[in-house]
Amino acid sequence: MIPASFEYRRPSTVDEAVQALVGGDAKVLAGGQSLLPLLRLRLAFPDLLVDVGRVESMRGVRDDGEHLVIGAVTTHHGVVTDPLIAQHCPLLAQATSTVADPAVRHRGTFGGALSHADPAGDLPAVALALDAEFEIAGPTGRRTVAASEFFVDYLQTAVGAGEVLVSVRVPKLGAGWASHYEKFHRVAQAWAIVGVAAIVRRDGDSIAEARIGLTNMGSTPLRASATESALAGAALHDGGVTAATDRASEGTDPPSDLGGAADYRRHLVKVLTRRAVLAAAGS
Amino acid sequence: MTTIEMTVDGVRYQDEVEPRLLLVHYLRDRLGLGGTPIGCDTSNCGACTVQVDGVSAKSCTMLTVQADGSEIITIQGLAKDGRLHAVQQAFHDEHALQCGYCTPGMIMAAVDLLRENPDPSDQEIRDGLEGNLCRCTGYQNIVRAVHSAATTEARS
Repeated sequence: MIPASFEYRRPSTVDEAVQALVGGDAKVLAGGQSLLPLLRLRLAFPDLLVDVGRVESMRGVRDDGEHLVIGAVTTHHGVVTDPLIAQHCPLLAQATSTVADPAVRHRGTFGGALSHADPAGDLPAVALALDAEFEIAGPTGRRTVAASEFFVDYLQTAVGAGEVLVSVRVPKLGAGWASHYEKFHRVAQAWAIVGVAAIVRRDGDSIAEARIGLTNMGSTPLRASATESALAGAALHDGGVTAATDRASEGTDPPSDLGGAADYRRHLVKVLTRRAVLAAAGS
Repeated sequence: MTTIEMTVDGVRYQDEVEPRLLLVHYLRDRLGLGGTPIGCDTSNCGACTVQVDGVSAKSCTMLTVQADGSEIITIQGLAKDGRLHAVQQAFHDEHALQCGYCTPGMIMAAVDLLRENPDPSDQEIRDGLEGNLCRCTGYQNIVRAVHSAATTEARS
């Protein structure tokens, strides 16, 4: 279908983008791989699109000491092939390589996927597990929002009207930390029925610390907090991990849809969390 | 209306377009380049795949204004001097099409795959073409054709 008419502006700086967003029913366009399908189906019909795809300061990955700063319009392909991400945050590259397909990853952006905040999308749960920080620009300046505050509800984030996500800070995973993203879907390029992002620090034959993000287990990405607590000190080989990952559905509210019923997802999340933790721990 | 400029299959165009005009509609309806089909119109099937600045993109999921200043190559721009591109020739030789509707996108995606990975395994070919659907399910010969094209390109 053909989208409804809109005005189009293409700023070249963040300040110009924020100015362009003032007033009216505006939407930010980055790669457009989530937004354009919505426009074509006329599920969204903004008056104005502000295309930030060519704001150069919002593109690329830079080293900021303990963190990496990832520009919001860095493409998925850019994330998958970035040497800094490969070195310091391989979880992000691994999860992003499962998003959609190569052509979509050439145009779709990291910040766009996070701002779209589809709970079935892979990257929100990864950002949540990483305790990422989101830099948002708006008419009153810039502010930083923690991942735990960023995802508000289904397709809703802390980015308000007139604001734009500029970059995302993720911590470098230090020595001893390892990670894995476990995604369950039925066919190629399909959305995750459930996905699990696991980051663990191993101490000999047990887990010292773990952070677990869940995809598609509620209206926002979720942390499996009960499992995280139970994993601290859990032995890898005598059932300790399984006892902990069996708690992965606690506090979740998964949807029932064509991909699976809620109780199926509650079962699946335990299985996938165990797989993700063991894969991350290299066991 | 917005003024755009782009090169499509080696020809420079300047045009006035509505911002909502999808790239695939611009290519087909304005430039008359009907070689790029519209399949699902929901970014799933990949039939409309073209190259934008050297990498594959689904032209039904891109605004023409987003391609302003870009170099586009469609299936119609692959052949040079009357000779088919190695991937086109391989699809012909290996009978990698049945109804042919997915073929332009499949070939554009395969060209992109071989650019990044000149000697892909079966699994890498299947992963690389995961955004392209053949509803005749002729995947075996498509995979064979991509292998064959990789061999031809390695020799040349």
